[in-house]
Amino acid sequence: MTERIELAEPVLRANDIVARRVRRLLEEAGVYAFNLISSPGSGKTSLLVRLLEMLRGELRMLVLVGDVQTDNDARRLRHTGVEAVQIVTGGTCHLEAPSIERQLIGRRLAELDLLIIENVGNLVCPTGYDLGEDAKVVALSVAEGDDKPEKYPGIFARADAVLLTKTDLLPHVPFDPRAAEGHIRRLQPDVPIFPVSALRDEGVAAFADWIRARAGR
Amino acid sequence: MHELGLAAAILDRAEAAMRAHSRDRVRRVEVAVGELATVLPDNLAFCFAALAADRPGLSGAHLDVTVRPLAVRCMDCGHEGRPERIETRCPRCGSRHVTIASGQELEIVALEVE
Ligand SMILES: Nc1nc2c(ncn2[C@@H]2O[C@H](COP(=O)(O)OP(=O)(O)O)[C@@H](O)[C@H]2O)c(=O)[nH]1
Ligand SMILES: [Mg+2]
Ligand SMILES: [Zn+2]
Repeated sequence: MTERIELAEPVLRANDIVARRVRRLLEEAGVYAFNLISSPGSGKTSLLVRLLEMLRGELRMLVLVGDVQTDNDARRLRHTGVEAVQIVTGGTCHLEAPSIERQLIGRRLAELDLLIIENVGNLVCPTGYDLGEDAKVVALSVAEGDDKPEKYPGIFARADAVLLTKTDLLPHVPFDPRAAEGHIRRLQPDVPIFPVSALRDEGVAAFADWIRARAGR
Repeated sequence: MHELGLAAAILDRAEAAMRAHSRDRVRRVEVAVGELATVLPDNLAFCFAALAADRPGLSGAHLDVTVRPLAVRCMDCGHEGRPERIETRCPRCGSRHVTIASGQELEIVALEVE
């Protein structure tokens, strides 16, 4: 005899439960956290290096950086003097909440103001995985094409801020910033969009101000 | 290819529910995937079948994937429905003052056991 069992629950419930614990830990300690998401090579680490240099005198920060292999990015970030921990996923295309929680347990979180999570480069897989962050920041480089927000609406619909990176390349690539902005605004009429070039150090200060307003002491 | 991890999570949950109800076979699992959930139904079904094959009580179980379209709820006129395209705009009054009512979820709806 067959029986029907109604569940009506999220597939990622196990991840969601851990993410809620992470969120509570951070909230209790007064730490603001953002999860930086983009395709591989969009310039996340380069932008973060500039951001850390800008904020290191004001905010106490920790970076967790996910990659499929190597600790190259953590080493690049550590050059700024800010602590950066590499999370090597060994093939997994996104970070999950338990690897964030593992890094936070046993730390004096009250001594932090800002937690930055650089996700594994991917515009698809990280979408549904809550890491306990306050904000998802999605980066899109001008070399990727202005239709990316239309092709990956899932992640752009969840973005709390969007970075248009590598703007120094605009003269060299067919990218219409207004078209990109239009695609983003179709899903999110009010989301802040920051054009930045880590290479030329342009626009990063505006994003740093946005972070300061949220993580400032 | 996060569908493999999702399929494993669905199988774990189905197995736990089967045990909790003292049953020994799962026949069917229903999941709902929002159109903005970035999950490919065919990939998910493929991964589900591949992983289920090695699990007692689950091999041969059928995965039903329903795609739930984007729906918005209008804060101005109260209408709830599907926008004309992938955008957050009320299909009735055109307001952008809406919340996403569905289309982002990834849900295990129900299962059939015997
Ligand atoms: N032209 C230009 N190249 C950049 C910029 N930011 C990063 N890159 C280059 O893009 C590549 C990937 O950058 P990286 O920061 O590692 O990207 P991630 O994979 O998103 O962390 C590297 O070769 C960087 O030098 C930028 O603002 N302008
Ligand atoms: Mg990187
Ligand atoms: Zn309306």
